[in-house]
Order: sequence, then structure tokens, then C-alpha cells
Amino acid sequence: MEPRTLFQKVWDDHVVAQEPDRPAVLYIDLQLIHEVTSPQAFTGLRERGLKVRRPDKTIATMDHSTPTLPKALWVIDDQAKAQLGQLESNCKEFGVELFALGDSRNGIVHVIGPERGFTQPGKTIVCGDSHTSTHGAFGALAFGIGTSEVEHVLATQCLLQRKAKTLEVRVDGQLMPGVTAKDIILALCGEIGTGGGTGYVIEFTGSAIRSLDMEGRMTVCNMSIEAGARAGMIAPDETTFEYLKGRERVPQGADWDAAVERWSQLRTDEGAVFDKTVVIDANKLEPMITYGTNPGMAMQIGELMPTADSFDDTSQRAAFEKAMGYMGLQPGQRLLGQKVDVVFIGSCTNSRIGDLRMAAGVFSGRKVADGMRTLVVPGSHDIKKQAEAEGLDRIFKEAGAEWREPGCSMCIAMNGDNLEPGQYAVSTSNRNFEGRQGKGGRTFLASPLTAAAAAITGEVTDPRSLLLS
Amino acid sequence: MAKFTTLTSHAVPFPAENVDTDQIIPARFLKVTDKHGLGDSLFCDWRYLKDGSDNPEFVLNEAASQGAQILIAGNNFGSGSSREHAPWALVGWGFRAIISTGFADIFRSNSLKNGLLPVEVDAEVYKALMEAVQLDRSTKITVDLLTQSVTGIDGLEATFPIDAFSKHCLLEGVDQLGYLLSFDEQITSYEQQRT
Repeated sequence: MEPRTLFQKVWDDHVVAQEPDRPAVLYIDLQLIHEVTSPQAFTGLRERGLKVRRPDKTIATMDHSTPTLPKALWVIDDQAKAQLGQLESNCKEFGVELFALGDSRNGIVHVIGPERGFTQPGKTIVCGDSHTSTHGAFGALAFGIGTSEVEHVLATQCLLQRKAKTLEVRVDGQLMPGVTAKDIILALCGEIGTGGGTGYVIEFTGSAIRSLDMEGRMTVCNMSIEAGARAGMIAPDETTFEYLKGRERVPQGADWDAAVERWSQLRTDEGAVFDKTVVIDANKLEPMITYGTNPGMAMQIGELMPTADSFDDTSQRAAFEKAMGYMGLQPGQRLLGQKVDVVFIGSCTNSRIGDLRMAAGVFSGRKVADGMRTLVVPGSHDIKKQAEAEGLDRIFKEAGAEWREPGCSMCIAMNGDNLEPGQYAVSTSNRNFEGRQGKGGRTFLASPLTAAAAAITGEVTDPRSLLLS
Repeated sequence: MAKFTTLTSHAVPFPAENVDTDQIIPARFLKVTDKHGLGDSLFCDWRYLKDGSDNPEFVLNEAASQGAQILIAGNNFGSGSSREHAPWALVGWGFRAIISTGFADIFRSNSLKNGLLPVEVDAEVYKALMEAVQLDRSTKITVDLLTQSVTGIDGLEATFPIDAFSKHCLLEGVDQLGYLLSFDEQITSYEQQRT
């Protein structure tokens, strides 16, 4: 057999049918559902008199518009309430397992999937959410879909797909202290732009990727979509198996051994060819930050922002000038020292225990700057519990940060956690689009270390200056 | 899904690049539970002023844009979120085709399922169309799906790619679920083999 890439192997395993001039019928092993992109799909099923084909391969959670204020299970508005209510009744009617608000297993969809062991190597995983790419960290083929496709998968457990091209992103070398997984993926976005990965599935390879723990790998794969690629994958290895072992929904006993045996085959064969390769030198990476209104507008934190002259293309120049206008920033200046109003630590990109530990390391023994609003929002109740057992919540609270209930929160600003017009935030989330964190809000994307450093100093700060002192 | 065969219309020129789905329809409008009525919120934060009145500087509010069914947009249109609310909002406003040099993957897929045709052209064709339309807003452009062609300005004969299956579904006005459901037996046997 021809040498195959990891993507090709998972793809081949899931093709149910392929007619000439038609997309493949691809089997889906797991569909994740949340309140925002599923109501119309269930309505579609009802209108056609269809059932959910495999409720056992479908799980639902509430995360996007849920409140994060402690002990307050109120919901921000009647519309959100109706949407959550509809998810609850849809799950009941169609027999789908739901981790509802208040359930101890509730959390952000891309956090609880791996945490409970639903996410496994070699699976095909979809969700009506573009950050489904997160699950590719386990060697799954995982990508976001629209609501029509949510309905397709509910009805048939399959999806019509054309095979993507493959892009290898090889990250060799070793990350320096203060440089994290988030900086790798922001560097990639800066390098190839938000459209650079369009039409591709990324496989992340190289020694710096191998050295990442599963949480770091999830951060990297999570933002594949920000580079335009629907999916990002990392071949499973001992780190993966170690993370999964003993989790609630993974095979146990002899089945576990068989699964590990099978999963160990899931790597790109020697001699397999990628359609394109991008190489990043981890040794040279610095803490990264975005300055503009898409994740491709990223730079090393100590750099000067570009000027209009940095862009040859007139439309790129126009986009840059528009972004600078929205951000209220002067081209060619440093971002270091820029005043910050809000720090958000959370989201499916950076809300896991390792992220919280990183942030707590910076907060420990320090106070947040005067007037700074700092939100720390764990990705799930499990993470919240773990953080509290380790005393991280006390560190955050003593520093003057708000310790919240799990949810998407200020990443998408649907739940009442949002920026006010004109405010600047350093955020560990994934999108700095205009208005993403609240109408008129201005977002700098960065790692948990960089976000925590900004909370302490009140301005954009190289986190290494606090790590060393 | 409405049939798409051929469309002749004046167009809205919108040269911004990397327009993301958060701009097409901001997240606060995603709390709906049906697909309808999103046209009024299309490009909301650019289209309306603080007091809720129309922003006269936004292209969609110009008299010449009214009734247009074609949007000509900058590269990498529809990046970001997977929200199908984006094509629902564009279709809700009245668009049936978007001409650009590139579309984000999920947005393209979502559009094709809602009778909204992504017309990908090369940079030269894009530039010619954009300039012609900016110069004369009454310029009529024709997008023909059967021949996969764009015409309407002098000397322009451009083609665009589309996969055979999506083309078939749009021409016939059928959605893709019917085709998927016809594989019931194969899906069952696949499931049996795997367990």
C-alpha cells in the first residue's frame, strides 16, 4: 500500500460510499451539540419526520449563552433562555444525552469532549462550531459544520465531504521559557494568514509539537480554523494515551490495550506526501500578540506594529488601515505599554487546568492593576473543581480577579460577559474580530501568561519580565 | 432549497478583505431558534449607527444597492465561525450570489446549502467586475450556473468552479439530505462491520 498521511488513514476508515462525481459519504463517530447551532437542525428532523440515527454517538452541552456568575443560574435574556429550553426539550424528544446547565459534567463543548474521553484517536468528530478542530489534537479528524450538516449527521450519522488537501506544519526545536502553545499557533496565523489554510487539513508535526502536553496540543489544533484550515491533527503518542487512560468513556481493560494498539498505527507513514509544508522554528519563537482585527494580524510582543508601507497589496493595505482605525492604534508603534482595561482568561482555546496554572503562576503574590477587570473562566466544572482543589481560585481572587462558572463567556460575548465600546482587552480566546467580545470592544489575543501579565501591570507586557523577577 | 439556474442583477461592491462571519451577523443575533428574519441584522455593526438609524456611508444603505442580488466581496469572504446564520442573513437580505477571489471553507459549504452561490473568480476578473460596478452601479451582471460563467461587462467571459454535486442540487433545487438518506443500507452495513 502507498504510504499515507494520518488524515488519509482516518479518511479511508470512514468512507461509506463514493459515487463518481459525488462527494464521499463519510461516517461520523461523534457529534457534539450545543444550544446555538442546533435548534434549526432538530426542527428540520421534525419537519421531515426523521429520528436521530445514533443518539449514542451524539452528546449535547450548554455553553455559548450560559451565565458565568457564581451560584446564579439565571440566564441573560429571554431569547437565550428559550434557546437553552429548546435544547433541553430537543434532547429529551430525540434521546440525546445532555450535560445541562447545573450538571457537574457541564462545560465548553470542546473541553468536555476530551475530558470525559468521548474524543479518541482515529474518530471522525463534528460539531456546529468551528473550533471543533480542537479534538484533532488526539489524532481525530474533527471539524466544524453548519446547521444543515448538523441535521444531516443527526439523521444519517454521515456527512457529504470532498477530501481536503493536506498541509504539514512542522514545528521543530524547543520553546523558550515564557513561550507557549498559543504562541505557536498565533505565529502560524501571522505567517500564513487567516486564509492560508483554506482547503487544507493541517497535520502538526515536529519535536516542539511532540513536547507539548495534550492541553497545549488542543490549543494549537483549536486555532487551525483561524489559519483557514477546517481541521488540525496531531498523531497520537504516549502523551495522548497517558491523558486518555482511565477516562470515563474510553475503552477499559483488554479493550484499552487493543485500542492503544490500533491508535498507534495512526501516524503519517514514511514517504507519504503532503500537498504543502510550512516550517516554524520553535527556538526562535517569542510570546506573540495580535494587534489588528483578525488572528493573522499577529506579531512578536516586542515588535513594532507594521505601517501601511509594509503591505504591497492595496486591498491588504486598506484592511490594515481599517483595522488600525478600529483598534485606535498608531501604525509603526510598539504595543508594549498599551493600556488594557480587561483581561479574559478562558475559552475553548485556553481554559484548561494547565492554562489556569500558567496564569496563577503570574498572579501568585501579586495584585491586578487598579481599575483592571479580570475574568478567569474555567472550561468545565471538572476543571473548576481541580483548580479549587489546587487553591488556584484563591490566588485569582486574592489578586483581585473574578473567578467564574464555566462557559464560553467573553470569547463570544453572548452571555452578558462583554467589553464596553472602546475598551481594550488582552484575551486568551481565539478571535479578535471587530465586536467579537462586545460591540466596539478591542481585542489583543495572547497566551495565558501574556494575559495574566497584562492584568498585573495594566498594560501590554512581555510576560517574561514577570516570570524572571 | 430554491432553484438556481441563471441570475442577472445589479451588484453591491464591497471590497473589504477577510470579512468574517462575526461581521456578517454578530453573535448576539445567534439566539434565534429559526432561520428567518436575519436579513435586517446583516452587517449590523457596520450598517447602523449607534442610535439604530442607517449609516449613510455603508454601501448596503445606498439607493443603488437596493434590490441587488449579487455581492462582490474581497478575498477570503466568510472566514471564522461556522454559523449558518451568515448565509441565512445574506439570503434574508436578498443576495443569491457572491463573487470573490476566495471563500472560507465552512462558509462556502453553508452557502451552497441555502441557494446562495459562491462564485470564485481570479484576481483580474474580480478587479474588472469591481471597477465596472463601482463606476456604474446600474451595471447588470449575469451569473449562469449551467455554463458556470460570469458575464455582463464588455470583453469579460469568466468561468467559475463548482463541484458537480452542489451544481446539481442548486440547478434542481433539491437539498443534500435526500441523497444522503438514500445510502441507508450502506450505512447500516458499515455500522455492522465496525462493531
